[in-house]
Amino acid sequence: MKIFSGLRSISLWSGFWYLLGVLYFILPLYATFDFSMRLERDKYNFVAYQKAFADPNFLKTFAYSNILAAVTIVISLLLVVPTSYWIRLRLPEARRIVEYITTLAIVIPAIVMGFGLVSVYGAPINLPFTSIQLTDSLLNTRLGTNFIIIMGYTVLALPLMYRSIDTGMRTIDVRTLTEAAQSLGANWTTIIVRVILPNLRASILSGALLTFAIVVGEVTISSIMNVPAFSPYLWLLGQHKAYEPAALSFASFLMIWASMGIIQIVTGGRAQAAGAH
Amino acid sequence: MAQTTLPASRPPAAPLNVKKWLGVLPFFLFAVLFLIWPSARLMVDAFLNPEGRFTLANLFELFRNQTIVNSYLLSIKISAVTAIGGGIFGFFLAYSVTIGGLPKPLRSILITFSAVASNFAGVPLAFAFVATLGRTGFITAILKNIFDINIYQTGFNLYSFLGLSLTYMYFQFPLMVLIMAPALDALKTEWREAAQNLGATALQYWWHVALPILMPSIIGTMFLLFANSFGAYATAYALTGGSLPLITIQLRAQISGDVLHNPSLGYAMAMGMIIIMAVSTTGYIWLQSRSERWLK
Repeated sequence: MKIFSGLRSISLWSGFWYLLGVLYFILPLYATFDFSMRLERDKYNFVAYQKAFADPNFLKTFAYSNILAAVTIVISLLLVVPTSYWIRLRLPEARRIVEYITTLAIVIPAIVMGFGLVSVYGAPINLPFTSIQLTDSLLNTRLGTNFIIIMGYTVLALPLMYRSIDTGMRTIDVRTLTEAAQSLGANWTTIIVRVILPNLRASILSGALLTFAIVVGEVTISSIMNVPAFSPYLWLLGQHKAYEPAALSFASFLMIWASMGIIQIVTGGRAQAAGAH
Repeated sequence: MAQTTLPASRPPAAPLNVKKWLGVLPFFLFAVLFLIWPSARLMVDAFLNPEGRFTLANLFELFRNQTIVNSYLLSIKISAVTAIGGGIFGFFLAYSVTIGGLPKPLRSILITFSAVASNFAGVPLAFAFVATLGRTGFITAILKNIFDINIYQTGFNLYSFLGLSLTYMYFQFPLMVLIMAPALDALKTEWREAAQNLGATALQYWWHVALPILMPSIIGTMFLLFANSFGAYATAYALTGGSLPLITIQLRAQISGDVLHNPSLGYAMAMGMIIIMAVSTTGYIWLQSRSERWLK
């Protein structure tokens, strides 16, 4: 594309910034990879990876984080898909407030939310304005802690999940599809499961992968609640080892790359950022 | 099924209304229980003393306690630096693959990389920068062995303000790329042609036409980058181990630490953070909606 008469100088200028960007992206990754290959003196091999992956604590925490991610994805979808569908179909006047709530999830920093959850659910819960106790502290039991942390992750993932699903809903004609299905005698379950969901495949997949990236990389809330998740484990490993953490860091980069690559393919280039920094 | 073609501003009949709102009840219930109640609880607790009585002391302490004031300022400073720096760098990158004349495949590569990098944060990011710019890091070694420059003797330190800023940049400028690339696409060729026909130089076109149109989007996205870095905790903690007293680090020390332990003051700090986050997020949303006047 020719923009200005001085095409050559423009391309040089663009090329310069592009190169700088690529270097900024690549160098830390290359450095991490290079470092991770040097566990054995004067050798260049994957021993650090073998050691890191063989550690039972890695397997335990990684499996735990993956389960948290899977449950978070299911709950987020159950929450967001019907809500977004209903707003498109019948309740456009709720759009504003629902978008406002998803924005609120961006405004509250993860660390604040973590302490907020601990402060509410770390104590016995009374019926509002009374001293009648409803439950004991939910964070006293493992099940309760897992439940609260999954809810916290669902909040963290909410802005991206909502935007993914809502963009998908916009591109399909929800009303016409619903009416067509209804006139053929379909009930609500059939409409959602067999008509709406298949049309949202790309959005669901990208929302799910973004949620996965957030949950597996999350360290703030999981360390506040003291659960055995992958990122706190990686941080702890970094305190007394050098090569294995580098290997796992590079591996998590590859994992995120795979997730984002799939999103690029299924959505045709609509990219989003998670933001659990 | 009856279709309402009424404009959304006119309220529909009341009895129908209640039934319709039941459809979004689970969402609101979830939001109240796990987002609004926990945040409101912290805000209320910020006004209570250890005996549970109302007090403004925590709030005054935010402004009186020099350590807290400094940690707010440090967080604001690092967020501003990385938002402006990441914003400018990201803008030029987005420019290079949109109207900058670079071939199409380079654009897909950049966008995918940006999506990855803006999601690559926390512990792995910190470790990657240690491997790059740490004392024995890759670039540190190259500079020492090839150019004979020891950056650690010239005063550079990865575990400092500059080091953390460089690390934050890794997720800041990609976010700018992701938001600015579509905005630059929306600049109409007619505007440039019209300017050229009237005899404008490339510089005049940018200064009088393109930049004023893009400005709300650029500044707005910088607000988003600001919020993105202001609320960050994991990367800073993993990199510096808490030695750089950002507000998030201080907040945690205040609420659950052993040395500083005054949760109510911590809640007041959290409230201050929420206010700053709200201001910058609102700035982003407002400027983004303004930019849509021209860029659709």
